[in-house]
Amino acid sequence: MFEIGLAHYLTVAAVLFTLGIFGIFLNRRNVIIILMAIELMLLAVNINLVAFSTHLQDLVGQVFAMFVLTVAAAEAAIGLAILVVYFRNRGSIAVEDINMMKG
Amino acid sequence: MILQALAFYLFAFVAVASGVMVIASRNPVHSVLFLILAFFNGAGLFVLMGAEFLAMILVLVYVGAVAVLFLFVVMMLDINYVEMRKGFLQYLPVGGLIGLILLVELTFVAGAWVAAPAAVASIPIAPPEQVHNTRALGNVIYTDYIYLFQAAGLVLLVAMVGAIVLTLRQREGVRRQSIARQIGRKRGDSIELKDVPRGSGV
Repeated sequence: MFEIGLAHYLTVAAVLFTLGIFGIFLNRRNVIIILMAIELMLLAVNINLVAFSTHLQDLVGQVFAMFVLTVAAAEAAIGLAILVVYFRNRGSIAVEDINMMKG
Repeated sequence: MILQALAFYLFAFVAVASGVMVIASRNPVHSVLFLILAFFNGAGLFVLMGAEFLAMILVLVYVGAVAVLFLFVVMMLDINYVEMRKGFLQYLPVGGLIGLILLVELTFVAGAWVAAPAAVASIPIAPPEQVHNTRALGNVIYTDYIYLFQAAGLVLLVAMVGAIVLTLRQREGVRRQSIARQIGRKRGDSIELKDVPRGSGV
């Protein structure tokens, strides 16, 4: 109970990842919340990577977590830029309107 | 040891609770703020695991940049969020089912996991304890992973250029200063000399 090991961190990461998936299902209409749920999932992945890195005494996991962080930041920037452009064109960010563009 | 366990449970509980609030709160601004809280507690977990540099990077990148970006976009767009939440509970059963299945699967994976012997054997020598985390990470990044590091920088550059190109717009009917046109003007374009006879108008 008081000995915090790898399994504890993996459990937290699993719960956070599941919350991310659940959030995508729950907020099917709101793209902003979906993007936030994706960020939550990426945080869970990072916790997994760092936990294994600590457990195996191998720094490569932390290096990879840093790259995941980089890609997550780029993804957020591009996603929000697309969102702003989409809102400018359609005046809404509802997900079900996106298939009306047929582009 | 017990202090570490208490810190772990505190960080883990607050992270999970704020994760719930991110997806369940009515106001997207509150969602962003709870996302920030979740990332702070994730950084706390990183510190507990001994990855201090990554924890600082997490706070810097997420709280300092990504969350503020989210906040700006949420506040900038004029959206009726009450309208958006219609059908919120419609997807609850299927989402809950899939989430439950995924959680059970992930728990099985975490419970039954063993390190492959070949993978353990291939791990290089552990970094000595007197080298702190940031220095050890730098020793790895700037030598073995230098190309990947540069590629990560390139990804950020492309993302920045892409975001600017996507959101830049030329509005019609806005008077803009054009330096080239100002400089390129000739005297004859704007001044015309007329010989006006005295006593008669132009």
